[in-house]
Amino acid sequence: MSRKISLTVNGAALEAVVEPRLTLVDFLRDQAGLTGTHVGCEHGVCGACSVLFDGAPIRSCLMFAVQADGHAMTTVEGLRDEDGSLGVLQDSFWETHALQCGYCTPGMLIAAEGLLSSNPDPTDAEIREAIAGNLCRCTGYVQIVEAIRLAAARRRQQPVTPMGDQG
Amino acid sequence: MTELSMTGPSNRRFVSVKRRPKEDGRFISGSGRFVGDIKRPGMLHIALVTSPYPAARILSIETGAALALPGVVAILDGAALAAVSNPLANAVHTPGVRCYSLANEVVRYVGEWVVAVVAETRTLAEDAAELIEIDYEALPFVVDAEEALDPTAPPVHAAHGSNVLYHRTFTWGPVAEDFASQPNQLSFDLRWGRSAPIPVETFGVVAEWDAGAEILEVWASIQMPSYGEQISGALGIPFNQVRAHYDVDVGGSYGVKRGIKHTVLAGFLARKLGRAVRLVEDRLENMVGGDMHGPDREFRVAVAFDDQGLVRSMKLRVREDVGGHTGRAPFQLGKPVSAIVGAYQINSVEYEAIAVSTNKTGQTAVRGFGMSPTNVAIETAIDKVARQLGLSRLVVRQRNFIRADQFPYLIPSGSEYDSGDYHTVLGKAWDLAQLDRLLERRDAARRVGKIAGIGFATCLEPGGGNSAFEPLLNPKNETTTWPESCVIKVDRTGGITAIIATSTSGQGHETLAATIIGEELGIDPNLIRVLHSDTLSGMPGNTPVASRMAIMLGGAATGAAGIIRNKAIRIGAHNLSCVPDQVAYRDGVVFRLDDPSQQLTLGRIALIAHREFHNMPPGMAEPGLQAVHVLQVPKGGSLPTADGRVQMYPCYSFSAHIVYAEIDRLTGKVTLPDYVIAHDCGTVINPDIVRGMVIGGAAHGIGAALYEEFTYDDTGQLLSGSFVDYVMPSALEVPNIKLAEHCTPSPLTSHGQKGVGEGGYLGAPAAVTSAINDALSPFNLECLTLPMRASLLSDLLVDTETLR
Amino acid sequence: MKAAVFDYSRAESLDEVLAILSDAGGEARIIAGGQSLVAMMAMRLARPEILIDINHVEALAGIGTTSAVVTIRACTRQAAAEKSVVIAADIPLLAAALPHVGHIQTRNRGTIGGSLAHGDPTAEILLTAMALRAEVVLASTHGIRNLQIADFGLGPMQTAAADDECLTEIRFPIPPLGLSIGTVVDEISPKAGDYAVVGVAVEVGLDDAGICRHLRLAASGASPVPVSANPVEAALLGSTLGSADVAGAARLLDPLLDPESDVQASAAYRRRVAVGMLARAIELARDRALDRSQNQNKGDLT
Repeated sequence: MSRKISLTVNGAALEAVVEPRLTLVDFLRDQAGLTGTHVGCEHGVCGACSVLFDGAPIRSCLMFAVQADGHAMTTVEGLRDEDGSLGVLQDSFWETHALQCGYCTPGMLIAAEGLLSSNPDPTDAEIREAIAGNLCRCTGYVQIVEAIRLAAARRRQQPVTPMGDQG
Repeated sequence: MTELSMTGPSNRRFVSVKRRPKEDGRFISGSGRFVGDIKRPGMLHIALVTSPYPAARILSIETGAALALPGVVAILDGAALAAVSNPLANAVHTPGVRCYSLANEVVRYVGEWVVAVVAETRTLAEDAAELIEIDYEALPFVVDAEEALDPTAPPVHAAHGSNVLYHRTFTWGPVAEDFASQPNQLSFDLRWGRSAPIPVETFGVVAEWDAGAEILEVWASIQMPSYGEQISGALGIPFNQVRAHYDVDVGGSYGVKRGIKHTVLAGFLARKLGRAVRLVEDRLENMVGGDMHGPDREFRVAVAFDDQGLVRSMKLRVREDVGGHTGRAPFQLGKPVSAIVGAYQINSVEYEAIAVSTNKTGQTAVRGFGMSPTNVAIETAIDKVARQLGLSRLVVRQRNFIRADQFPYLIPSGSEYDSGDYHTVLGKAWDLAQLDRLLERRDAARRVGKIAGIGFATCLEPGGGNSAFEPLLNPKNETTTWPESCVIKVDRTGGITAIIATSTSGQGHETLAATIIGEELGIDPNLIRVLHSDTLSGMPGNTPVASRMAIMLGGAATGAAGIIRNKAIRIGAHNLSCVPDQVAYRDGVVFRLDDPSQQLTLGRIALIAHREFHNMPPGMAEPGLQAVHVLQVPKGGSLPTADGRVQMYPCYSFSAHIVYAEIDRLTGKVTLPDYVIAHDCGTVINPDIVRGMVIGGAAHGIGAALYEEFTYDDTGQLLSGSFVDYVMPSALEVPNIKLAEHCTPSPLTSHGQKGVGEGGYLGAPAAVTSAINDALSPFNLECLTLPMRASLLSDLLVDTETLR
Repeated sequence: MKAAVFDYSRAESLDEVLAILSDAGGEARIIAGGQSLVAMMAMRLARPEILIDINHVEALAGIGTTSAVVTIRACTRQAAAEKSVVIAADIPLLAAALPHVGHIQTRNRGTIGGSLAHGDPTAEILLTAMALRAEVVLASTHGIRNLQIADFGLGPMQTAAADDECLTEIRFPIPPLGLSIGTVVDEISPKAGDYAVVGVAVEVGLDDAGICRHLRLAASGASPVPVSANPVEAALLGSTLGSADVAGAARLLDPLLDPESDVQASAAYRRRVAVGMLARAIELARDRALDRSQNQNKGDLT
């Protein structure tokens, strides 16, 4: 019943043997050791489990790891720059204090990354729309919107390639 | 007495200056360490079997098939647990109420935890849980709180005799005379629906019994004072056999993560099985059975006032539905006593507080600990006074406000408000909101048939956690000490490490401590390491409740830094060949006043203290450079009087909210296009953290006012037990909230700081209620049932004519 | 919330899908986007013995168009449909509906066919399909059959698909040429992105004189499945969609409704709001069609 899967996570090739019912988020956290992605509801509402799947933000609690066989994922751990330093987006979250407890933050960063990679100059309305599927109970979102706006502006001046996109 | 800062508003280097919070660095890289990230060797996992009935007798539990599943290690039921453990602690004195982690003999609400399955993985535990067969005999139940008060109602806790857990009427001042003497009265009912500031992370705990050291190690997503004490009490083991680690990152709590029943269960199983045991609630376990629901209140309010709108007296009756488990909940009626008149010069108050059991999920402490619903009641009363007299709601507030020259101000229930300037703060909100333009916007919207309103709320946020509601509501509880501590070590390299005895769930305590210590020792906070200790090695503390940490941890850190500084001065003076009077300490350096070029750094002094005993001043026998300071809460320490007067919380923050709302006449959908908050929390330690508390708290408040409810049907089923039906605001529901700031320092604290952790939550529901009712008022309609959901508002508006 | 045990099959072809379905005796389910199904499996409300993953069956993805019909294969991602120029041009009502479907993250995985096959009566895609009288194609080892969407959605979470059938494509009729088209999809949800409590989909086609020659209407949330509002369409065709006519005609929706009360809203609310939102949407769609024809006319003058 278990299946062998091969996938790319943050640019690195991974192989594993998984039960079909293992969700992608549980796989990433428990087998790939990437605990930055969080579990919040396990029914696809809160967005804490967001990862990039072939470059697009998805809810990793709503996918089984077997379905990810042959695909590429980026988690929050993969958002650093090529040289390992914090990406502009992450740094902007720090600058505006776009987080408090940090639990929704990886998912927010992924949603923001998904937005900025396709829309480098979003309006505030577009920013709010992009994170509408990510629940935060600490911040009230204002500082998060400011962070994403700041990151967009900084990136437009100086584009960088996130580490996870390599390979 | 609180140690005072050596700096003031004109010469602060770090306090009140923008600084990136230390903690954020690990969270933005996904390197936080939450309880779900903790793996212990051989760790086992718990899944729960829960009750489908609101009340039933447990007749039999069949576990054979479940135990036979590979990977299943143990199954525990409530009877077995109760036989060898003590009940969980109650707040008020109700010895007939005995609650355990698992239901024993009877279940008391749908979702109550009945059986714990322990297996090698969570998934296997869930597989096994499905195979457990439980035979129940359904019992009469009660879900309506008013019905539960009736002596003939089925008792949720039979041994308690009735469903009334607490009932007392406090009379502070000449209420009857005041009501008789005023020309005007009004009264109304208001309902605060059951909700909670549900965190994105559920509660979780890992427990491991170290048989060699005889210690139960506990890691949990916890925010709770007396955690170690309650664990040891329930398990019947000495306090010093439990060590709960405070260095676990907590993914949001806002009061609710008091997972003592989870911890006792995991701890019991860890000791019994000799392996680490983990219980991380899934979302369904959390929503329905985690006992983390918030206040569920029916208010009856009456006020007596003159023709100018001055409110002389108020009567407040509040009935609180605490559900089937008790725990801390009834105390949540006590905290509002600390600010029972709100921001107003009300002369007398009658406060009738009733806590009632029903067959619903248990209640826990929620952000503000009952103050937010009370603020809705008080603010609604003020609005109604204005409406009845045809006066501006702002004018009535200004007339009733305690004036800036009246502080400290003693309120009828015995608390003294430390400082404030409500008129100025309201003025700042008014200016930021451009209120005249906002009024014109509202009126223009109404002219084209829209339903629009502006809401005001001017509310207090008591802070500091002098939790004197404990002896007030439970005379058998003679607690009058609520401490906080800070340890500072200067190592022999001159490096500074602070140790705090609390967990943190987003409030930035590391940044708080480092900023204050940095200020007091003249050292860059970025260089200061802050560690979280544990329940055993930690100095006395009461954890972050009650908006207390800026006040208490700030004060303790200041005190500890002062001790370090004084010792440094003595060692420095001696090594500069003079006496302490002849030197000063600034920016990490001790220097001779007559020749500042003669100086010693803190690092050099530390090396002397640690290693060069021959260079220590005469009479200084203690090596090293470290300090422990434990602070008692300012103005704490007295028991209540017989008529229920006592000083609670020392510090009173204040905020003025102005919010513009539009309601869609057909669908009832509410939008909040404009929202302004002016807030005064005394000295701001970190501007971005404070901003986050105010806005984040307001978002919680918007949720409670408009969207969130644990809805029960009359068979006791929770209809909104998942995120599908329990609706929480996203970035599209919370507006861009703008802030203005004012500072009336507290005279009682190290830097003049007050609390802000409860933040905007204490004012937002009142403000939104005010706005909705302003919008409805042209139609002679009102809505005093929270949450004010779209369907509710639409139903109200059904018969209104469309204005064109 | 971990799913019950199941066996997993990643199909490479439609034949493979159908073969497994045929052998499974009703114990197999197809997973496309999984945005609804995986959540139900996590709660153990759905417990298939076999999960057939169709996400790599090339024959089941893609958008094709003829002069009369746009064919969307079942496993086409909602996000791809949102970006599709064909859909924007030829099925404007679906283009209007898609931004309302869940959130960006769910649209990146969710599929057009998956939404319909799930049978959620609040789904915007089903609402749109009902308005447009779309057709679905079902395949099994016994052959292929076409069904009108009205015969496909039978009730909440219930479709006419047999246990051994796979929904392969959905055919949306293209609006008539020569008319100015205005579309509106509107809904009221507990909060943005949540499932709709009440939803309406309206497509208006006006001729050069501003007379309505084409009208497609549907409403969800006040009946077991979305209703297409034929009597309202009939009453308004040939009119200029004046406010009074629209308000009166919208009330003809009422007898078609059969709402239920639940935790989000009462039956009375659903009924009242469905009628009211439909009227509002028709007027807005009319205005959009008029704007469009004015803009087109402006274009003609330059």
